Amino acid sequence: MSGFLAVLVIVLIFIVIFQIAKASEYVSILKGEKKARQQSNRINGFLLIAFLVLGLIGVYYCNNLLKGKILGESASVQGEGVDTLIYVTLAITGVVFVGTQILLFWFAFKYQEKEGRKAFYFPHNNRLEVIWTVIPAIALTVLVAFGLKHWFQLTSDAPKDAAVVEITGKQFNWLIRYPGKDGALGRRDFKKIDEAASNPLGMDWDDQLGKDDFMATEVHLVVGKPVKFVIGSRDVIHDVGLPQFRMKMDAVPGIPTTLWFTPKFTTKQMKEKTGNPDFTYEISCDQMCGSGHYSMRGVIVVETQAEYDAWVAKQPLQYSLAHPAPAEAPKADSTQKTVAANIGKP
Amino acid sequence: MSNEATLHSQQEVMHGAHDHHDHEHHHEDNFISKYVFSLDHKMIAKQFLITGIVWAIIGAFFSVVFRLQLGFPDATFPWLESILGHWAKGGRITPEAYYALVTMHGTILVFFVLTAGLSGTFSNLLIPLQVGARDMASPFMNCLSYWFFFLASLVMMASLFVQTGPASGGWTMYPPLSALGDASIGSKIGVDLWLISMALFVVSQLLGGLNYISTLLNMRTKGMSMTKMPLTIWSFFFTAVLGVLSFPVLLSGFILLLMDRHAGTSFYLSDIFIAGKALANEGGSAILYQHLFWFLGHPEVYIIILPAMGMVSEVLAVSSRKPIFGYLAMIGSLFAICILAFLVWAHHMFVTGLNPFLGAFFVLLTLLIAVPSAIKVFNWLTTIWKGNIRFTPASLFSIGFVSTFISGGLTGIWLGNSSIDIHLHDTYFVIAHFHIVMGVSAFFGMFAGIYHWFPKMYGRFMNNTIGYIHFWVTLIGAYLIFWPMHYEGMAGMPRRYFDYSSWTSFNQFGGLNQFISIVVILVFATQLLFVFNFFYSIFKGRKLTEQNPWKATSLEWTTPINPGHGNWPGEIPEVHRWAYDYSKDGRDFIPQTEPIGPNESAH
Repeated sequence: MSGFLAVLVIVLIFIVIFQIAKASEYVSILKGEKKARQQSNRINGFLLIAFLVLGLIGVYYCNNLLKGKILGESASVQGEGVDTLIYVTLAITGVVFVGTQILLFWFAFKYQEKEGRKAFYFPHNNRLEVIWTVIPAIALTVLVAFGLKHWFQLTSDAPKDAAVVEITGKQFNWLIRYPGKDGALGRRDFKKIDEAASNPLGMDWDDQLGKDDFMATEVHLVVGKPVKFVIGSRDVIHDVGLPQFRMKMDAVPGIPTTLWFTPKFTTKQMKEKTGNPDFTYEISCDQMCGSGHYSMRGVIVVETQAEYDAWVAKQPLQYSLAHPAPAEAPKADSTQKTVAANIGKP
Repeated sequence: MSNEATLHSQQEVMHGAHDHHDHEHHHEDNFISKYVFSLDHKMIAKQFLITGIVWAIIGAFFSVVFRLQLGFPDATFPWLESILGHWAKGGRITPEAYYALVTMHGTILVFFVLTAGLSGTFSNLLIPLQVGARDMASPFMNCLSYWFFFLASLVMMASLFVQTGPASGGWTMYPPLSALGDASIGSKIGVDLWLISMALFVVSQLLGGLNYISTLLNMRTKGMSMTKMPLTIWSFFFTAVLGVLSFPVLLSGFILLLMDRHAGTSFYLSDIFIAGKALANEGGSAILYQHLFWFLGHPEVYIIILPAMGMVSEVLAVSSRKPIFGYLAMIGSLFAICILAFLVWAHHMFVTGLNPFLGAFFVLLTLLIAVPSAIKVFNWLTTIWKGNIRFTPASLFSIGFVSTFISGGLTGIWLGNSSIDIHLHDTYFVIAHFHIVMGVSAFFGMFAGIYHWFPKMYGRFMNNTIGYIHFWVTLIGAYLIFWPMHYEGMAGMPRRYFDYSSWTSFNQFGGLNQFISIVVILVFATQLLFVFNFFYSIFKGRKLTEQNPWKATSLEWTTPINPGHGNWPGEIPEVHRWAYDYSKDGRDFIPQTEPIGPNESAH
């Protein structure tokens, strides 16, 4: 019923607008084309300048309203560079934005058609063209130079002492693997994937390097210590998006990718900094991956070295989950299933 | 389509050349040859336009439906279930339906409305009229171009009604998601239909594009040298060149995708474990598709925006009663954009694991595009400076175009810089950027074109008052919708999410999303008002009483109010000057057909 009423109201508004529009057409014919044009010109000229003023106020108001809701300070050392670049770019584009919009609407208002005004025949001027070719070119060169400096820093090789975490996307969650004590990830092959046998990544159990690898449901990182993510996918393209760290990298099946950064604040510190007790570092999937794309959430916990060590000590090795000791088979079997189920949970 | 029809029309065209006044009475077109399989470029333009309008309503309606989900994730709308059935059980659309809607919204708006509906309409209408030709180089190919587009439309429309739904992997259709039916319900027959439809669409674009290029290179009237052509024609020229060179690459990408789907090849597939089993495919690269796709995909955004730029340049000059400022610089910047358009595609792929060294070149070339774009903006500003501007709906939309082109273009400088793109990639910032610069701007250019050339198309005016309402609501609404999205993007809020409520990083925008959705509904309703105005005015609009209602210099206004097939009843007029002699030597305007006077100052 309310839907019907809404449609009725819209149709009525349409009819009213249409009748007014039709009437004004007749009036303008009666008044003469020239007079009608002058009148609508005055109205639209006023509206243009009003739009400019209200629009700029709106931009300011919108900024005040929303600036507290976007991300605060970068939570990674590398992200600071990105933020600086954003501010520099904002300053340059902001000046151009305000300047050109003012010129556009001011000119439109000022040079609206008036009785007796003659337009100025001004077809070209090479000096002006050169000015507005060269100045943007210089400004852009500066931005490119700054941008590339950061780009090469961000995409450089991770430091040798960086921790390694492997993140593999699948519809619709993340599989997280740590290399264990030896610091090296074991070999894997997608043909060996067997969810039922606690091997969701297809680890090759003949590889000694993999024997001490463990899997987790959350990423745990040590504050202040660089970490390198080795990113892959089991099925379609996903993307590891880390908004607080200003990092992002696609997860492509068959082509491993990497990114690295140094977290600056622990999760606890961020809760205090943001005043939000629910604050969580999240991994968002940023590449359309199917119907569960929006729910592909991962959690990162940044903590102190001591907290991290305590957490690692509690993590069962994936090898032992996949190879339960025969003696305590029934019991181990049930834990294995829980962990496997957790890992497989969307 | 028979040869007979072709011959018939050629005869008619020849007739037009020799016969003066009475040729219109000579023959009678039947309904089929006049309105359906017409060979007249003006009728084909109208066919493109009206098909585009129908698609635009469908595509925009889809956005209203998914905006309802984004703005009111907890509400239910029982009427949705009545139109979408099990895709909206209980009045709330399913994630599958949501992804199908966003995918179709993108495909429809980018290809069917802003490519076919925009350049299809105005290239067809204006190229012969403004260069002084009786019709296209090949009217038959032109007719085929439309009907291939129509077939593409039918197939795409059919895909909306199949059991498993239309393609739903995003309009970019990245594999492996689009290649594997097991990965998504929309990747079953929906993607096949999508690929077939797009293949037909590419054929349509190539037929049209080759025709536009050959017509404007070979069939210009006497005296119409390339540098006397209006900027509209230059922009259609570069648009057609872009399309002809890049659409085949897209088609090759689609063929490989089709083979991966059905012929067991592994162009894009490798190391995949899905639906409980490992696939045999090895050695393919999912990134290869992205290179092929964006090699068209990026020029495509210029295919969309260049015609709008050309029409805005023309309308601004006419309504300011001033020559367009820096005509040669305008052509030069179009040319520069056209070349650079082919060299920047990988800026869509900065976070795919692209070699950073290669990425650096794409940063440089991408930001370089800002230079010709800046030249164009400053030239438009100088064109209206010291003018005598008449605010017709067309000129208002042109001013709106410049405004949104600036706003959306400047954020391109953010995204083109790879370091910033890492943070903003695939967030609402990108949505805001491209909707403002190639969605809203291109639509503003298209509206400017429709309001300005409607009298040429139908011999009647559209209603001005509705036009003004349409402009103001759309301009204000567009900024209200897309401006705040920049902030959501700065917070890293990913695009293509069905629901944000379970995220602590992105759930702070609930109220804002609601506000945006309400504005979307208002703006959509206003577009319906425009559509009504358009169709009503075709039949009931105020009639044109003079040949040249806008006092413009270009050739299309030298034709009769309702030109027949062949455009000019007598000889095609000869051209003596460029199209921008407004307010020269104290005269309001001097038509292109007027010879240069002995005492006239040089421009």
